[in-house]
Amino acid sequence: MSIGLTLLGLLETGPRHGYDLKRAYDERFGHDRPLHYGQVYSTLSRLLRDGLVEVEGVEAGGGPDRKRYAITGAGVTDVHEWLATPEKPEPYLQNTLYTKVVLALLSGRAAAEVLDVQRSAHLRLMRELTRRKSGGDLADQLICDHALFHLEADLRWLELTTARLNQLAKEIRS
Amino acid sequence: MNAGALITDESVALLEAIDLRKSFGPTPALDGAGLRMHAGEVVAVMGPSGSGKSTLLHCLAGILQPDSGQVLYRGAELSAMSDGVRSELRRTEFGFVFQFGQLVPELTSLENVALPLRLGGMRRKEAESRATEWLERLEVADVAAKRPGETSGGQGQRVAVARALVTGPKVVFADEPTGALDSLNGERVMQLLVAAAKDTNAAVVLVTHEPRVAAYSDREVVVRDGKSREVELAR
Ligand SMILES: Nc1ncnc2c1ncn2[C@@H]1O[C@H](COP(=O)(O)OP(=O)(O)OP(=O)(O)O)[C@@H](O)[C@H]1O
Ligand SMILES: [Mg+2]
Repeated sequence: MSIGLTLLGLLETGPRHGYDLKRAYDERFGHDRPLHYGQVYSTLSRLLRDGLVEVEGVEAGGGPDRKRYAITGAGVTDVHEWLATPEKPEPYLQNTLYTKVVLALLSGRAAAEVLDVQRSAHLRLMRELTRRKSGGDLADQLICDHALFHLEADLRWLELTTARLNQLAKEIRS
Repeated sequence: MNAGALITDESVALLEAIDLRKSFGPTPALDGAGLRMHAGEVVAVMGPSGSGKSTLLHCLAGILQPDSGQVLYRGAELSAMSDGVRSELRRTEFGFVFQFGQLVPELTSLENVALPLRLGGMRRKEAESRATEWLERLEVADVAAKRPGETSGGQGQRVAVARALVTGPKVVFADEPTGALDSLNGERVMQLLVAAAKDTNAAVVLVTHEPRVAAYSDREVVVRDGKSREVELAR
């Protein structure tokens, strides 16, 4: 995800100091991965250089936190275009698990075990997200659900592959 | 069955199945399946269609008799009990939630939930007041006077959960309890079911093929070709 565009989007609601911006980002989108201050200031200086934000006011004293940043017209245009452009759907064709299963079959190892262990690991994470969701607000629920649906898709694939393991073994060895 | 015959020692599993085998024809439905559960645990039983999940659940609940192997409830073997004692155990210690078709169509939601208590000899007033509490807890007090045909699938399923829990069972058997519901309704039913079970320290055997439903469990057992197994992950 583009941090620059996300910060721009947050600035659209009003000018902010770098520190406020970081806090707003972490609160809404950071979750497990809060931004580093360094990241915030390097991103802001890039946005400044590209004319997407401007410094609206500088308070007395030194340090980067004295500056208030505001979005420019060009910045608003960039945010608008970003929101209007669909994200590229992931084809998910590079699949480590498929590779592992094939290698297990080729080497005569227990391929079903590879799938079972993965199912268990997936379910463990799904439980954690489900707990978090149950105790969370709507934002938490939506974010966890997104992750849960993806993990569920993986699990469905695991089940299907488990059911077709014998067939796959035959094709691979022929 | 009187409670004195049941072992209440914590070290004994609440419910345990050992090496169950069961055939309906030439191919075995259960071929050495086992399971061990403690009070308050929610265990998901997963696995492909036809692998033996429902058969395992029915054996655990004493609805089906396995050809061989043992099912122990608090250390007492189900197959050693008389039919009458086993039925009594099912009525007093177990609760059931199935995918659909479990509510009596002629009775209102309230009467359906009160039914297990009435069968146990409780007076109508007391039974209905308890049933009302459970309907409220499952967020379906507003359909108390409606019959199953007059409620939505999600409401009906919540009524069924209320009915399964109204007697304060030690084990709840749930076979695809959310199978007929959309995901939002299904999740709510799971949340309510698991919360109620945890509150009352009941164990739940949860048969499901839906990973997001299984995610409400504490651990999973996978059944494949009539054999069950638990995958232990290094932490
Ligand atoms: N009453 C019965 N009579 C004959 N065969 C049965 C009976 N009950 C189950 N079986 C067979 O036993 C096997 C296991 O069935 P079971 O219902 O336990 O599977 P399941 O894992 O619950 O499947 P599903 O996910 O489709 O509900 C199947 O091959 C099924 O056809
Ligand atoms: Mg079944």
